[in-house]
Amino acid sequence: MTLPLIVYRSLRQHALSTLVTAGSIALAAGLLMAVWMVKAQSQKAFLETSTGFDAVLGARGSKLQLVLNSIFHLEASAGNLSGADYEQIKKHPAVKTAIPLALGDNYLGYRVVGTLEELFTSVEYAKGKKYALQAGGRLFAGPAHEAAIGSFAAAKLNLKAGDTFRPYHGLVFDPNTQHEEVYTIVGVLQPTNTPADKVIWIPLAGIQTMKGHDPRTASDVSAVLIQLRTPMAGFQLDLMYNRQGNRLTFAYPVAAIIADLFGKIGWFDRVLALVAYLVALVAAGSVLASIYASMSARRRDLAILRALGARRRTIFAAVVAEAATIGAVGAVLGFAVYFGLLATVAGIVRTETGVVLEVTAGHPILWIAPLAMVLLCALGGVVPAFKAYRVPVAETLAPTS
Amino acid sequence: MLAIADLAKGFASPEVGGARVEIVRIPRFALSAGEHRALRGESGSGKTTFLHLIAGILPADEGRIELDGVVVTELSESRRDRLRAEKIGYIFQTFNLLQGYTVLENVTLGMSFGPGADRARAKSLLERVGLGHRLDHFPRQLSSGQQQRVAVARALANRPKLVLADEPTGNLDRRHADESLALIREACREAGAGLLLVSHDEDVLAKFETVQAFADINRPAGRT
Repeated sequence: MTLPLIVYRSLRQHALSTLVTAGSIALAAGLLMAVWMVKAQSQKAFLETSTGFDAVLGARGSKLQLVLNSIFHLEASAGNLSGADYEQIKKHPAVKTAIPLALGDNYLGYRVVGTLEELFTSVEYAKGKKYALQAGGRLFAGPAHEAAIGSFAAAKLNLKAGDTFRPYHGLVFDPNTQHEEVYTIVGVLQPTNTPADKVIWIPLAGIQTMKGHDPRTASDVSAVLIQLRTPMAGFQLDLMYNRQGNRLTFAYPVAAIIADLFGKIGWFDRVLALVAYLVALVAAGSVLASIYASMSARRRDLAILRALGARRRTIFAAVVAEAATIGAVGAVLGFAVYFGLLATVAGIVRTETGVVLEVTAGHPILWIAPLAMVLLCALGGVVPAFKAYRVPVAETLAPTS
Repeated sequence: MLAIADLAKGFASPEVGGARVEIVRIPRFALSAGEHRALRGESGSGKTTFLHLIAGILPADEGRIELDGVVVTELSESRRDRLRAEKIGYIFQTFNLLQGYTVLENVTLGMSFGPGADRARAKSLLERVGLGHRLDHFPRQLSSGQQQRVAVARALANRPKLVLADEPTGNLDRRHADESLALIREACREAGAGLLLVSHDEDVLAKFETVQAFADINRPAGRT
């Protein structure tokens, strides 16, 4: 009871500096947790986002570019592959499913992608999860000018079943390149929390035969998404396309290619983490400076406490406990900063990539960082605590008679 | 109850180039249980240092202080702190209340360093000194006389054997000084505590049956 009362009263007496210092701790704790979680969640989300496919076949070029373009709908296409190449891989005995994609158009910046109905009827985009349509909708049929739209794109473009649109040429929106064809939305897909949510899906032939596209390449596709019968088959196809052939690129396994991406930008994570550590240290230093600076004003109270019988160690513990309490208050407030930061980052990642970060997901950093802040602050309190420990009682109290 | 023999205390003084100057040298002093005694002395004569030595706030350089059967001068600083919390009540000229704490907390906090906080007793003492209605007030909201009454309640909270009062009326006007002094003496009598008061105020000293000149018991050796 004694120690909490001393700490509480001291914090109340220095309420402003307590709040300012706790605020800096909150920023530090929030930043530390957010940096860590964005890193962990991004890696997890990107690594888990294969939309149900083991590999991607595309034109000769970068595997990473191929995966980003066809799975994440980012980056430009490296080129097309012929209809014959598609037919060949489709018939390969090691291939279970081969879904062609035709890219190259957009509607107000959202990609319009041509594919087969089979993508939505046969493929699980995640284990045990198949694409589904929202009530009242259906998939596009055959070569008709119909479209099924991902939930995120539908919300952002304010499109629903029955609405029509005219695609624009290219992957980047340019108002001067609108196609003549009018497409009708016939269904809105249920959210999948994958990049597919921000795509407008139309029949494969729709892209291939769009006016303005080169008719000589009408049977070409941009990429083929592949499910393999066995993991070993992936290595056989890798050998066949990447080492023995020189026209096409076989990106396999998808997760390893994304992991390679994170490996390449690992330095950025480390810089962010270093900044977060420095902020945490500075915040702990601010606790030290704040309490230390107020020591002159506290000397008399400390001397009175000692005169009443408080041991030196009680005074020492009270100051360290006060610093730790500021750290604890800051750490709790840090969760507000954390959720704010993570929600903002998650929103940006969702908009840009369609990948969803779990804002409420648990992670050891969510208790390690607050605990570390409390300990750091307690450590920061040790220096002023020593000063408090050494306050001379007789000298500080009433003037001598 | 209090027995002192050959007590000495000195300090390094910058006025004499850092050499030790003896402030207190008391060959013999004793106070019986429940006895009230006043010490007369001018400012700077070493009275406060003497009280600090008895309270264990300062360690003695030489000699022996025995309080209620415990040899204070043989105790570690931590044990002296404990003894002070349990057996000694201290009333200061400047009250020395904790400004950020309520009246009730000022009294209970002192108790918590000794036998333990007893809110009921603290309230009862504050009612006894006429502040039962100001428990949740802060010292700055009280008059000087009321603040000194809180200090009296705090000094008696742990049922001390000895109350040390250092110019306890020095910051009060005559009327409040008389009231406060009467309260201190009455409260000590009720609690059965001894009272050792130091002052240079003749009006205060005149209220005591036993008054001793501090100069008669304190014979510092001077520079050594």
